Amino acid sequence: MIIDLKRFLAEERKHWTELESSLDRIERNPEHRMELTELLKFHELYERTSADLAKIETFSSEPEIRRYLEGLVARAYGEIHETREKPHRLNPWRWFFESFPQTFRRRVGPFWLSLAVTIAGCLFGGAAIAIDPEAKQVIMPFQGLQGDPAERVRKEETEKQDRLAGHKSTFAAQLMTHNTQVAIVTMALGVTWGAGTTVSLFYNGVILGAVAVDYARAGQTRFLLGWLLPHGAVEIPSILLAGQAGFLLASALIGWGSRNTRRARLREISRDLVTIIFGAGVLLVWAGIVESFLSQYHEPVIPYALKIAFGATELVALTVFLARSGTAAEKRLPKTA
Amino acid sequence: MRRASTNTLLLKTPEGIVFSLPLAGPVSRFLAWTVDVVCIMTAAELLGRVMNAVGAINKGLAEATYVIAYFVISIGYGIALEWFWRGQTLGKRVLRLRVMDEQALRLEFSQIVVRNLLRFVDLLPALYMVGGMACVLSRKFQRLGDLAANTIVVRNPEVSQPNLEQLLGGKFNSLLEYRHLTARLRQRIAPGAAALALEALLRRDEFQPHARLQLFADLAEHFRSLVEFPAEAVEQLSDEQYVRNVVEILYRSANAP
Repeated sequence: MIIDLKRFLAEERKHWTELESSLDRIERNPEHRMELTELLKFHELYERTSADLAKIETFSSEPEIRRYLEGLVARAYGEIHETREKPHRLNPWRWFFESFPQTFRRRVGPFWLSLAVTIAGCLFGGAAIAIDPEAKQVIMPFQGLQGDPAERVRKEETEKQDRLAGHKSTFAAQLMTHNTQVAIVTMALGVTWGAGTTVSLFYNGVILGAVAVDYARAGQTRFLLGWLLPHGAVEIPSILLAGQAGFLLASALIGWGSRNTRRARLREISRDLVTIIFGAGVLLVWAGIVESFLSQYHEPVIPYALKIAFGATELVALTVFLARSGTAAEKRLPKTA
Repeated sequence: MRRASTNTLLLKTPEGIVFSLPLAGPVSRFLAWTVDVVCIMTAAELLGRVMNAVGAINKGLAEATYVIAYFVISIGYGIALEWFWRGQTLGKRVLRLRVMDEQALRLEFSQIVVRNLLRFVDLLPALYMVGGMACVLSRKFQRLGDLAANTIVVRNPEVSQPNLEQLLGGKFNSLLEYRHLTARLRQRIAPGAAALALEALLRRDEFQPHARLQLFADLAEHFRSLVEFPAEAVEQLSDEQYVRNVVEILYRSANAP
């Protein structure tokens, strides 16, 4: 197609400038909702610029204008053809008490898988220690867990000084960041079609099961519950939630029973993935505080019964929260096909 | 959607329009990441110094704040900057790269989070080996985080409006008085030479003064050798003005006003 470049530029340039300013406005203020007339105008400008790009493409000698128009069309294309609803301004309260538990329930399948893998790991670790107590050194390569549980309990209960005095905040911070990192890695390993997430959860389960059986065999079940429950009641479910996110990612990659493309499946789960992992992150902040300020103190400083009751209450509260929170808001939403 | 031969992703809109996105290669992405790591380390160093000062008052609080802030900076750096700068970090700005949705749709916050969190796997076992391998093997140079988030990294897709005043000056063109000669000029000029002249005009302000004079002198000499206009039409015309007049002749329809 031969075009009169000078006339073409003179006629079309104002429309490109108008489209560019509209795009700048939209990008500066994503919350802005266009009026119908504004929307029609935007669409018209997009179509006109697209047509101009088609014209200039035949005009191979003008790469700079073509690049400019391609840039404009690409930006407008993203706005025109995006079908996902624009996210609302973040309301942290609503997000945590509504979106997070709703998402958990909507995607509960991978959570059960996450729980099953962890329980399998627990059974394996527990059985390994029950059958061969010496396996502790291999299964639990942590200095603090290598010794005799009864000896540890005796030492901790007779401790006169607060060994965390002046370091509780630092310890809590280290726990929060470390556990959050473990949760992120567990989720991210979902990209290995779930294999990495499975290994991570199973290994966590093995350690948990091994520790539980080791302390139970030594007759220290009360200590174990008093030590683990206050923070574990939140920390362990948080890692399970990370596993849920990892398996969700894996299921989108594998795509069993779905006719959608991989890209469409990943697009569909993207927001839920982020909601679940951020939710787990918030819970881990709480778990870190409890572990540093409560879990490390034993009888006679804090009675075990109180710690166990606290942990059990947390577990019930978390279960109710994940199962029920946001259901009223859910009912208010219009049902989609 | 398809990938052209020269690392360019071609996207076809439902309207049938094709536009291209130049993909960023592994090397430029690695360099951008290096800049980002330096930025994070600098921020951590500054934070450490501030916390040292705070530590004189409350050591525990200073240590805890440092641990949390370092973690937040190292993870949040990419997420926050890519969100607020629409797909760019400092490193990507320096290297003129940008994260985009794979289908050129609006980049979502969740996509940015997913690609940044999956960096933990891409970094394994060290120095981005998994991510680097994935990037090299991927047709669209995507690391695992990009694959999971449906994102690509492109080279500077935003271009500002070209300086069209170079073509729309509206100055008097003495060569247009000689229609038979302008017709001959159109006939004799090769398309490549015409394109070169147009490009030279559009970019004339980007050249060094000496290079600009030389380029337009060469182009003018070439055009003069094709068609000779009467002396009165070309006297006092600089080489650049001569080329400008030629370009106007070439890129205007014969029947244009």
